[in-house]
Amino acid sequence: MRRVAIIGVGQTKFRTRRDDATHEELTFEGVSRTLEDAGLSISQIDSFIYGTMDPFDGVNSPDKWCVGGAGAVGKPFIKISTGGTTGLTAGIAAYHQVASGAFDISMAVCTQRVGVGDDAQSILNTCVCPIYERDAGAGAISIGAHQASRHMFKYGSTDYQRALISVDAHKNALNNPNAHIQVDVNPEDVLNSRMIEWPLRLLECCPRSDGACAVIFASEEAAKKLCPHPAWVWGEASILDSYWWGERPDLADWDVLSLAGRRLFKMAGISNPLKEIDVAELYAPFTSQILLELEALGFCGHGEAGPLIEKGVFKMDGEMAVTPSGGVLCTNPIGATGLVRLTEAVLQVTGKAGQHQVPGAEVALAHAWGGTMQLHALMIVGKHKR
Amino acid sequence: MAEKKEEFIKVKANWNIPFTHSAGKCASHFFQEMREKKRILGIRCPKCQRVMLPPRSFCERCFVATTDWVPVKDEGVVESVSINYMEYTGMPKPPYAIAFIRLDGSDSNLMHFVGGVDLSDWKKAKDLVKIGTRVKAVWKEEREGRMTDIMYFKPVSAK
Repeated sequence: MRRVAIIGVGQTKFRTRRDDATHEELTFEGVSRTLEDAGLSISQIDSFIYGTMDPFDGVNSPDKWCVGGAGAVGKPFIKISTGGTTGLTAGIAAYHQVASGAFDISMAVCTQRVGVGDDAQSILNTCVCPIYERDAGAGAISIGAHQASRHMFKYGSTDYQRALISVDAHKNALNNPNAHIQVDVNPEDVLNSRMIEWPLRLLECCPRSDGACAVIFASEEAAKKLCPHPAWVWGEASILDSYWWGERPDLADWDVLSLAGRRLFKMAGISNPLKEIDVAELYAPFTSQILLELEALGFCGHGEAGPLIEKGVFKMDGEMAVTPSGGVLCTNPIGATGLVRLTEAVLQVTGKAGQHQVPGAEVALAHAWGGTMQLHALMIVGKHKR
Repeated sequence: MAEKKEEFIKVKANWNIPFTHSAGKCASHFFQEMREKKRILGIRCPKCQRVMLPPRSFCERCFVATTDWVPVKDEGVVESVSINYMEYTGMPKPPYAIAFIRLDGSDSNLMHFVGGVDLSDWKKAKDLVKIGTRVKAVWKEEREGRMTDIMYFKPVSAK
């Protein structure tokens, strides 16, 4: 496998509805920003990986609509649709295209318009098996709620600890001009916000966002000519769990993420994640998931994330910054969200994150989960080659 | 002069397409037993020996077919729970509690409602449908061969 660099990233502003643009226009906007960042023209892109989650936009296979906006007409094109992991799986696929030698420059592009539909939870409920489980009325929020209740039961994590996660994310989002929800909240605001699905309150749940994102991967040879300071891909991993929630040994522990994390760290040569990684852009549309993800990835032991959050270990100026962008809790264009995590990781290690830059960040992790708490995708990028 | 707000034309669309899913051989038998006998059947993997509920015609862990039906009790323990207070298009009327329930004799958890208790105030409801609560199925009189033939699982301690 060849060494791969990321030589351009870009994203649109994310909002509940982007009524000023159609799906393909939004794609054009995201891709244009990325080309501008890379200083490339569209003709320099050899292949395209397109990520979107079909039903949210009310159009079957919106990728077909968007090829023009992506600049992909006449080029090799693969569509990826893996739930919440879509964006990062698209990134991994584009990475593989370059690492394998199949193409020198590949672009991952994701667009999603969750705000078009009146009700995202109803669409998410259609992901659930219609024979056995759909009647039970579960949506994506149910996943976060069950993980929260089980984590509280097993490890004693608290409503207050989850409220702090929300507070930190919202404060970080205030420094990110692309973030959707821009509001300063305190722990009482979170705890007093409306109960959505016990134990999760409104300010513990993500919004529905419209927007697009694109990332350009290049071979080392191509990167040398095109980009003086790229981000370097140190490693990636993806994993799939059973479709069936009831098959999980314990919803308080994200076992498959632990497995994927071990594979990732082996590939990236990381032995002490908390010490060696400066920024973790975790995919957590619900506060509870930060707890499970930090623990599954070995940033701390099981049951330790809550107390460490109270100590501020994962704040902007803590030992490792978690979601300096404000994360998924403040911005969730579902099929693009995973690629936004990677974009933010790249911005951090290339020193381009502006107001939400973590000073001196050199190694960053991007994560996404999807499906019925089923899939995970991970990538580590560094300022230097590995 | 105040600037005129830009107008964006909206085009309405609606998906309302009926589908008819087949439950297949395995789930059909499971539903027939529920409908006719108010009986819940798990299925055993011949290799790893675990009893799966809901039953499936193969074990995905061992990748072998399953054939051995095993009756499980319609009573068990709540392993995890959430209580929903929001109303979504086409979904059940809130409030409702979604639980993963380990029925006696099963090795996996069944997703279903916990009900028969007042869920209107979450501050009280969270103590009525706690993890560890023992629950028993409340069956419909008129059954159609569907998961909803069980209306919900009710805490055995509830009146």
